[in-house]
Amino acid sequence: MGVFLARRGATFLLTLLVVTGVVFVVMTVLPGDPALVILGLDATPEARAALRAELGLDRPALVRYLDWMAGVVRFDLGMSMSWRVPVSELVVERLPVTVPLALGAMLLTTLTALTLGVFAASRHGRPGDWAVMMLSQLGIAVPAFWLAMLLVVLFAVNLGLLPAGGFPGWSDPWAALRSLVLPVTALTLVQAAVLTRVTRSAVLEVMRQDFVQTARAKGLGQGAVLRRHVLPNALIPIVTIVGMQFASLVTGTIVIENVFFLPGLGRLIFQAIANRDLYTVQGLVLLFAAATVAVNFLVDVAYAWIDPRLTERLR
Amino acid sequence: MRWNILLVAALSLGLGLGAAEARTTLTIGIQQEPPVLDPTLDATAAIAVITAHNVFEKLVSVAEDGSIVPALAHRFEVSDDGLRYVFHLHDDVVFHDGAPFDASNVVFSFERAMDTSGANPQRQSFAFVEKVEALDPLTVQITLSRPDAFFLFNMAQAQASIFSPETVATNATRPVGTGPYRFVAWSRGDRLTLERFEGHRDAGDVAIERVTFRFIADPTAAVAALLAGEIDAFPGMPAPEALARLERDPRFDVVVGTTEGEVILAFNHGRPPLDDLRVRRAISHALDRQAIIDGAYYGYGEPIGSFFPPHHRAYVDLTGLYPHDPARARALLAEAGVEELRLSLRVPTFPYARRSAEIVQAQLAEVGIRVALETVEWGYWISEIFGNRNYDMTIIAHTSPNDLGNFARGPEYYWAFHDPAFDALWERVREATDPAEMDRLLQRAQRFVAAEAVHGFLFQLPQLGVYRQGLTGYRVSSPVIFAPLGELAWE
Repeated sequence: MGVFLARRGATFLLTLLVVTGVVFVVMTVLPGDPALVILGLDATPEARAALRAELGLDRPALVRYLDWMAGVVRFDLGMSMSWRVPVSELVVERLPVTVPLALGAMLLTTLTALTLGVFAASRHGRPGDWAVMMLSQLGIAVPAFWLAMLLVVLFAVNLGLLPAGGFPGWSDPWAALRSLVLPVTALTLVQAAVLTRVTRSAVLEVMRQDFVQTARAKGLGQGAVLRRHVLPNALIPIVTIVGMQFASLVTGTIVIENVFFLPGLGRLIFQAIANRDLYTVQGLVLLFAAATVAVNFLVDVAYAWIDPRLTERLR
Repeated sequence: MRWNILLVAALSLGLGLGAAEARTTLTIGIQQEPPVLDPTLDATAAIAVITAHNVFEKLVSVAEDGSIVPALAHRFEVSDDGLRYVFHLHDDVVFHDGAPFDASNVVFSFERAMDTSGANPQRQSFAFVEKVEALDPLTVQITLSRPDAFFLFNMAQAQASIFSPETVATNATRPVGTGPYRFVAWSRGDRLTLERFEGHRDAGDVAIERVTFRFIADPTAAVAALLAGEIDAFPGMPAPEALARLERDPRFDVVVGTTEGEVILAFNHGRPPLDDLRVRRAISHALDRQAIIDGAYYGYGEPIGSFFPPHHRAYVDLTGLYPHDPARARALLAEAGVEELRLSLRVPTFPYARRSAEIVQAQLAEVGIRVALETVEWGYWISEIFGNRNYDMTIIAHTSPNDLGNFARGPEYYWAFHDPAFDALWERVREATDPAEMDRLLQRAQRFVAAEAVHGFLFQLPQLGVYRQGLTGYRVSSPVIFAPLGELAWE
């Protein structure tokens, strides 16, 4: 396990290094001078030059990158060029929106998909199965932003039950929860549609195996067979998809935070790219990459827990 | 049952808050979010909208009709040669943190704004200022190196805001000024709250006690927030397609005015054959402005024939100069010896630009000009089109007041347009001290750029405002970017 962890850790750091390097090169090559974006169409060339010097943009790109890396090692993500505050401050103030949004959606997705997927598989070929399959097909076809807009029209505009968007902060937990209901639902419905189908086919696959037949022959009931024999063996593909969905969840939050005007990380990276706010983009990409790698690591641990034989191989 | 209780609780929470606060609070939706709140650091228009003349004050301000009105200075005198301005300051002004205000704050703020090593986006407002002196604690004298017709107007803009030296460094995130509203809180990405400053000399006339700006970038979300009753006003509505629906809704007043933004089909004069007057006139004849306005802005927006806002008193209607006439356009192109003309049209992603561009492309195709249309994101546009002049044509709104002077910015400006005759004319405009003379010169300048067909002049960007019934005091059209909150009230 120690070797496994060390190798994992090294891959983790290397991934992050490559990601930051690629983002830095892309942002440097991409036309768009932060000083021009900040100062607009009326500024004099002298003012622009002064700002470029102030932001350190007059130094060679490689020097800026190494400087930034030296900061990251000391947990300093640098100063945002357009917001003029430390990037870490921008990130920290957005976490209370995006973390509950992403985790909430992931949790709800998994619960919904497991329930519906197992339900559909256990009623294979019957009306219950068709209904779930049709609904999930619909969920895959519908884009998240459109679904989000429909939810707003129904629950905020017509029924007036929930806010149309915005985030009041956790000082009022009830209001904060209320403002997250629709965004989490919009993210969940689309993600759960995919996972439901995966769960259903994984469960069906296992149900065809001989040991399930044996368990049935022993006289075990349908519920017990599913719980004790089928589900544990179907979990591997499900966990794999859950891990992969985390990455799409990150892009999903960018869209959803825009529709619900939530002050989260997705909205922040959207604005930061538009402003050519290099260090903010870098910091956020680093964070997203780290989160994705961390989730993949958790998936590996989950594999080991589900199927101890995999740990042998990982060693 | 439990679900029902939850429902009732949710309803009463939502409705109760709205009803109790309705008369003295106001929630305003705004599309653009300022990255910082100090107008001398960043050109984002939302900074001026939120802070100028609300949190910060200037020596003077601008009324809706464009006239200069007193602000921190209760009166001012101008010497006959137009070189010396003396401002007499109010004696009962304090900053929101209790710091005293006097002439030294004006000297401090202007010297900071003029600092040549600084990165103030609007430093050219102070280009002709030679000296700023405090004659006594309540009198400021400003000496110009040459007369400047726009000086007072510029002194009323956000970049001429007066700061306190103790708090200037933190104005980017916690602005402290002398205005009728003090800054309370800013939750970046979500909302910004201002409260009436009881220590302001006119606090008794300010009706709204608490104003919350909510940042809603997505046009569909903006409409939803209005319909759901979460915001009371959206003064710069980004969704013209939704206005018809909001107009039918008895809860709202929909107000259509004009902004300072001229939408133009800009030509790069550095690229032949766009340096040929006949070609530019041909393109102007090929354009059907009303079709562009209908398609790009759902019929809102006034056609323009030059580069000047229709709400200005010196406006001349020049839209009849090049009537839509494809045959004439083809004849002019033939006369210029241009065949098989292919031009690039690179536009930013703003809906008005993108939608106009598609119609322009079709209209130019009718006269045999093939247009390669490309939509580029703003950071790219400002560097490649504006910065490097890498384009043939683009569509963009110029939103600054008094920007007819852009035609005198020389061949280095992104239009690459240069005409000494216009430069001389603009010099005379800048030095004009008599208003009637000024208006005559501005009219000549409008005719000049129209006759030269410097660009395809399309339409004036409308000011589409949506306000909850009962709110009064908002500006329909405005000669400036800022909007004083102190004038608003609930009926």
